[in-house]
Amino acid sequence: MASGIRDKVAILGMGCTVFGEHWNLDSSDLLIEAFRECIADAGIDKKDIQAAWIGNHIDEVNIGKGGCYLASTLHLPFIPVTRVENFCASGTEAFRGACYAVASGAYDIALAVGVEKLKDVGYGGLPDSPIFGQLSRMISPNATAPGLFAQLATAYSAKYGVPMEKIKEAITHISWKSHQNGAKNPRAHLRKAVSEEQISSSPIVAYPLGLFDCCGVSDGAAMAIVTTPEIARRVKPNQELVLVKALQIAVSSGEEALYHRWDGAGIITTRLAAQRAYEEAGITNPREEIDLMEVHDCFSITEMVTMEDLGISVPGRAPDDILSGFYDLDGELPCQTDGGLKCFGHPIGASGLRMIYEIYNQLLQRWPEDRLVKNARLGLTHNLGGVPHQNVCSIAILGVQ
Amino acid sequence: MIGIVSYAAYLPRFRLNRMKIFSAMGWLNPALIMNAAGDKAVANFDEDAVTMAAAAGKRCLQGFMPDELGAVYLATTTAPYKERQCANIVAGALGAPEEIRSADFGGALKAGTSALLAALEWSAANSGRPALVCAADCRLGKMGSLQEMVFGDGAAALLVGGNKPIALFKGSYSLSYDFVDQYRGAATLYNRQWEERWIRDVGFEQFIPEVVNGLCRRFGLKPSDFARVIYPCYYGAARRNINKKLGLDPAQVEDDLLQECGDTGTAHPLLMFTRALEEASPGDKLLLVSYGSGCDALYFEATPEIEKFSRRKRFSDTLSRRTELDNYSKYLAWRRIAPVELGLRGEEDQVTRWSMAWRSRKAILGLQGSRCRECGTQQYPPQRVCVNPDCGAVDQMEPVNLSDKGGKIVSYTSDMLAATINPPAIYGNVDFNGGGRAMFEFTDCTLDDLRVGKPVEFSFRIKYYDPRRDITFYFWKAVPVSEEVS
Repeated sequence: MASGIRDKVAILGMGCTVFGEHWNLDSSDLLIEAFRECIADAGIDKKDIQAAWIGNHIDEVNIGKGGCYLASTLHLPFIPVTRVENFCASGTEAFRGACYAVASGAYDIALAVGVEKLKDVGYGGLPDSPIFGQLSRMISPNATAPGLFAQLATAYSAKYGVPMEKIKEAITHISWKSHQNGAKNPRAHLRKAVSEEQISSSPIVAYPLGLFDCCGVSDGAAMAIVTTPEIARRVKPNQELVLVKALQIAVSSGEEALYHRWDGAGIITTRLAAQRAYEEAGITNPREEIDLMEVHDCFSITEMVTMEDLGISVPGRAPDDILSGFYDLDGELPCQTDGGLKCFGHPIGASGLRMIYEIYNQLLQRWPEDRLVKNARLGLTHNLGGVPHQNVCSIAILGVQ
Repeated sequence: MIGIVSYAAYLPRFRLNRMKIFSAMGWLNPALIMNAAGDKAVANFDEDAVTMAAAAGKRCLQGFMPDELGAVYLATTTAPYKERQCANIVAGALGAPEEIRSADFGGALKAGTSALLAALEWSAANSGRPALVCAADCRLGKMGSLQEMVFGDGAAALLVGGNKPIALFKGSYSLSYDFVDQYRGAATLYNRQWEERWIRDVGFEQFIPEVVNGLCRRFGLKPSDFARVIYPCYYGAARRNINKKLGLDPAQVEDDLLQECGDTGTAHPLLMFTRALEEASPGDKLLLVSYGSGCDALYFEATPEIEKFSRRKRFSDTLSRRTELDNYSKYLAWRRIAPVELGLRGEEDQVTRWSMAWRSRKAILGLQGSRCRECGTQQYPPQRVCVNPDCGAVDQMEPVNLSDKGGKIVSYTSDMLAATINPPAIYGNVDFNGGGRAMFEFTDCTLDDLRVGKPVEFSFRIKYYDPRRDITFYFWKAVPVSEEVS
């Protein structure tokens, strides 16, 4: 009986660039910058890396297809390099490849990379590409990500009888909280606190989401070197080990898009991936046991329903938890301690590993006092790729022993 | 006997008050004020002759089985394709069988009645099998032209056949002249015309009496024998002269609908005819006349069936379903008369994969889904593996037409980021009545018209236009139903 990879893989080192509009940097520059930090943190040599996975989504505008771009940029010595793409879960998917490789015993040390350069697209927002294939272009609406996620709000309001005004209030607080956190983070793209009034009165992008309900678009790279706990203890005898407790992916079955049972007020894949992850990690009461979270706040409304889908807030009550400050940095379960996608922007392939980077450093208590979650032992990351009715959800849970 | 079995009219929802055009363009041509009364019916940004023809055809077929159709004819002078039969697009949208006669009629404004005659003759030659005629036009005049003022967008559809006709076809008379009063070259968008006095005095005032008299001679009738005479002509003085020449009481003569919607081209005589049919009584003789490159005159007689016909008000219904278009520049953008900036997002290239569209043609044109024989679940697009998580049967599907099912809204939004000439893009999840779900664009509405649970009906529309390859691609959208439309 399969039991997952709990405690079988340790993170040896990580690196993450400043996220932002890097008009003067190529994807290769971002990769090199993150790699320098990562390899130094890991305390190993490049030649010790036995295999690599790279997560990246919009291949047309930056690195192209295949594993060659990464191998040729870092001049990795003819090791296996695999490019993975699974929407916004691509970074976590790369991490999963590396972790499974180590857990299986196939390799001792593996590299997981996420990179995306979006600021060569030429216009704001994500590029318009046929992500569900060409038939979908003929029969699906002329839609954008904000419009697809915004519908969570109208469906949520209808399902739980929560007025749209209250939803707007809750999602405004979500963005406010993330900006508070991002303002303290030198790696964030948007490093400015904004008032709730400024957020709620920003121009509407897709009803009811305003400009400040949408995450930014930026360039960035993040990466991790993973190994077995035994090797990690040997390489870093004086440091606590950050272990992978759970790593789960759930992909839409088509039921949400085509069958009439889904209520549209939350994400089925998130619920299922969370259940599986808690089981793998041995978590029975996530609201009490988890110390901090980095979730996929591509839009504030996504974060709101995710709080319920992860089993932290009671269905229909996430707005109450959010407005009470439960998820603020000084709340019971801090969420988006680094500023989230809201402040980092969303270079798609990099985001998952950027979240893991935040949890890793929080668990090692490396951050300055003003944004440290003290004594954090268990952290969760969550990515949601695609759109609410057709998506890929990834969840990673990390812990220190 | 062969005759009209059903009829329907379709006017696009938007009406542009002609004073709006005059306010914008009167500086160029002050004489426009002479024609500035009333409304011009304006196709929505996602409508054209093909979609309006399909809309009229769909309403015309209500209560009839599309799979009994033996022929589908489309008449238009504003077909989006010179080579690709648009009648087949309409037939596909209506769920007609593929083993049918189909043809496009164009070239002249009398093409609407040419198509009708062809359908009547086809049905007569095929034991009264039903044939559908759709006529639609969406003609353009240059900014500040008389044509821009006078033309309107609209469509009409007539189902002909031998099964309980509401009006019998008794006979016809035709004239064919190379009389070039109005024309458009093959490479030209805008209508051109010769001097109005010549059009009026030699065109309308001579040809219409000539064709009416010709028909009367052939059938031993007088113009005054007709309860209703229907002919297009938007010159008031010419109408008076024509009536006088033919000895017609103006009360006998169908209104030209210039105030209500404007001249809808090939559709216009048929559109006026649908209004006459609304009012006709059994035994009424009806004379339908077209004009343009000659004339056709068709003689009908209403039967007792017309009183049993349950959905008679099909012209009045579409006329009263209206929204004021308060913006002349929006009209210019919708018709691509004036280019608008959509940003780079709007310039992303999309190649239309015709081989793929062919494989899915019934799903795309006809909104045909699949229904699982095991569990009854409807699904769109058609699946081979049942999507019902409690079923999952493989290859147990039968086709199901979803275009006439209607549905209800599950979620919605309005999107200012999506590139469209009619922002915001409005769309959301819709559950089909009877099960199954898909995401649709909403049209003919604003955000305020939407709420979760609201019923919608489906409407065949332009999905996108590819300017680089001149491709108009069609699919279905959802229209919230706020009033009962028959």
